[in-house]
Amino acid sequence: MPIKLVARATHSTLMMWITPLIALALSLILGGILFQVLGYPPLKTLYAYFISPISDSYGLSELFVKASPLAMIATGLALGFRANVWNIGAEGQLTLGAITGSALVIYSPEIDHFLALPAILVLGILGGAAWGAIPAILKTRFNTNEILSSLMLVYVAGLLLSVLIHGPWRDPAGFGFPESVDFPSAAVVPQLVTGTRLHAGTILALLIAATGWVLLSKTWIGFQVKIAGQPIKAARYAGVHRNRVVWWTLVGCGGVAGLAGIIEVAGPIGQLQPFISPGYGFAAIIVAFLGRLHPAGIIPASLVLALSYLGGESVQIKLALPIGMTGVFQGMLLFFLLACDLLVHYRLEFRRANKPIVTASQEQ
Amino acid sequence: MNNSSSDNSQQSPQSTLLELSGITKTFPGVIANDSIDLVVQAGEIHALLGENGAGKSTLVKIIYGYYTADSGSVKWNGEEVKISSPAQAREMGIEMVFQHFSLFDAMTVRENIELVVPKIQSRTLSDQIRTLSKEYGLGLDPDRHVFTLSVGERQRVEIARCLIQSPKLLIMDEPTSVLTPQEADKLFEVLRRLAENGCAVLYISHKLEEIQALCHKATILRHGKFVAECDPAQEDSRSMAEMMIGTSLTGAVKAASTFGDTVFSVNNLSHQESDERSISLKNISFEVCANEIYGIAGVAGNGQTELMEFLSGERLADRADAIEIGGKQIGKLGIRARRKQGIAVVPEERLLQGMIGSMSLIENTFLGDHQVGNLAGNLWLNHANAKEHATRICEQYSVKHSGLHVDASSLSGGNLQKFLVGREILQQPRLLLASQPTWGIDAGSQQSIHSALLELAKSGTAVLIISPDLDELLLLCDRIAVMFEGQLSDPYDIGDLNAEKIGLLMGGSNIPQPGHSIHAD
Repeated sequence: MPIKLVARATHSTLMMWITPLIALALSLILGGILFQVLGYPPLKTLYAYFISPISDSYGLSELFVKASPLAMIATGLALGFRANVWNIGAEGQLTLGAITGSALVIYSPEIDHFLALPAILVLGILGGAAWGAIPAILKTRFNTNEILSSLMLVYVAGLLLSVLIHGPWRDPAGFGFPESVDFPSAAVVPQLVTGTRLHAGTILALLIAATGWVLLSKTWIGFQVKIAGQPIKAARYAGVHRNRVVWWTLVGCGGVAGLAGIIEVAGPIGQLQPFISPGYGFAAIIVAFLGRLHPAGIIPASLVLALSYLGGESVQIKLALPIGMTGVFQGMLLFFLLACDLLVHYRLEFRRANKPIVTASQEQ
Repeated sequence: MNNSSSDNSQQSPQSTLLELSGITKTFPGVIANDSIDLVVQAGEIHALLGENGAGKSTLVKIIYGYYTADSGSVKWNGEEVKISSPAQAREMGIEMVFQHFSLFDAMTVRENIELVVPKIQSRTLSDQIRTLSKEYGLGLDPDRHVFTLSVGERQRVEIARCLIQSPKLLIMDEPTSVLTPQEADKLFEVLRRLAENGCAVLYISHKLEEIQALCHKATILRHGKFVAECDPAQEDSRSMAEMMIGTSLTGAVKAASTFGDTVFSVNNLSHQESDERSISLKNISFEVCANEIYGIAGVAGNGQTELMEFLSGERLADRADAIEIGGKQIGKLGIRARRKQGIAVVPEERLLQGMIGSMSLIENTFLGDHQVGNLAGNLWLNHANAKEHATRICEQYSVKHSGLHVDASSLSGGNLQKFLVGREILQQPRLLLASQPTWGIDAGSQQSIHSALLELAKSGTAVLIISPDLDELLLLCDRIAVMFEGQLSDPYDIGDLNAEKIGLLMGGSNIPQPGHSIHAD
């Protein structure tokens, strides 16, 4: 009995906002079952994963520390996804931003100027934007699939960072550890609350989400982005140049991801290291979809994904569960979200195979 | 007329292959087939003739098992059958060659055919293809890759793919629309040989000369109804055109009006298409004056879509002077720059082109020229003005909607089209380009759009309507030219036109050679 997907004529806006919650609930249920199978008490483990990490103020501050880069990058990605530009390489753009921003500190480690921090942030944005420009030029000139090119550049950026940090950029006084010098205080993103790692990057993340919202709903640029995601005939009729939108979204998202990268380095980490992100650039893809490609949805969604990181660390420390649980939860969340979305847009039709009534062989 | 089918079956009961009687098929809001009869004898090339939307495609899709008829009976070799899927149709010996091919470019001829008949061993299949190719003069090499083949050769691969199953009935949907005249001649030879071998061919076309040259019988459909069955050899193209188009069209409906100055002129616009599915435009020249409604008729798919794209600026002409408005050369300007010159566009497709279904009516007002009516600057969108504008459109053109914030796709076709036409007219353009402005909408909306267009022309705007709907053109236009295979005929004053003349032009007979060749030299 073949199953067919039939497009629904209309789909409800309400459902579009409820499905993330359904997906979240399904992930929790399946997560509980998974814990049971692995031999951990499900409720206690879920509590350790999702509640205890944020039951004190330090935990809450960590939630915002992790949510900030996610919200920033996801806002950038959402603009691209709206235009059907599938930038999967935000992780690489983040890495490049961290590298170019750090360059200033590496080459003048004693820097002490009030413009030092703005300068490294701008350098970070430029680095990420340049990394985003590569898939943009490949796509607009050679029609290369940006999913592949942006993804492959993630690994290039990671290896570039590794080469630098194991080589020329290693701190000479660092006992041979692959780390850069510590950022001088003039180059550090200021803390918001003493005793926590909460930093000014969170405010920037909120500003970026707000800007994304205004851009998308109030400006001609945002409107062109939305139209570029429509069938080519509509875009051509509206006089929207798709290539231009490809450039805007890839370079813009690259810039935001680069900013997130340099803020991580100049903020919570404090120096350039071989591993500066636990996959924020990839998790932000889930944030963007969970937040319905809308900045107002992206902020709560970034908190959910941030919690998945905290919870993964928490159960690793408390219950010795593998850190891979983080990826499992993030994967389940995306899977259930896409599955729910599919059912919002399509319905299943069960069909019986047709039996021929007269066949050629019957007539002799 | 309806009796003729049963007469035939009585004359030669053993050779009647397929007999349809009273086939009716309705789609929401449309009767595609209204009690149609069709008899195909074995070994006969039978034409199915009609304008676009006459119901030809629906009928053959019923025969091929894509659709199930709502009522009526299908007899195959005298036995009543129910064909419920293409797979079953193929098993019975019915094969179909579609207008657009479904071959894999990167695979060889043999591999493409193997996909359909996986049971045969590759080696014997190659031999079979060679035998078939020789027998029917297909000229196919089983090991050639499809991307190296011409359009005509690809079509013959499709035919070979059908023939390998030894069909009893081969359905061909507008097969010559993508072929050169030489390739078409070659195709006719293949079809004639097939018929000699006893395979019936159901041949869909609107090209009259072709049908006269090739077909033994013709069934004519109009507006979903059976009109007549005739012997093309006994008829001339005039009488067949009349049957195809109907005799209800008897000339001028609109009183002659006086035109103003020339507003819009197209000068030797040509474009060679690289995509085989598109029609190349050949030396198109015409002028539209203020106060005039100029109509371009023609069976859909003769280059109207391409012409519209070049006129609107969705695609750019090779020369700036190919298109002029008010003396300004705009051939190389994009659609938004042309809109600034006073061109408004009602495109062929209302959803996914003229309007975006997943956006609200307010957002859809931005899709026209958003700088008219101060809807937006270069940076900011002005939602308040857009809302006001959307309200005005809905009031003036009585668009029924359940709120300006709902998705455009929730509107009925008629209301959607009224909104679209209203949006474009309210820009007070110097020239309005409209493609099929009332296609597939209810009579009431049709009427209000027609009167809006007449009103617009009266106010001094030049209006160009491209439509396959002759009734509409005869009702609205002052002059009509006909498009056929990328060429545009000379314009005719509405008073000089009759159904016969237009029918001949639409069928490609008697298309005047473009008289502009003098300029070209």
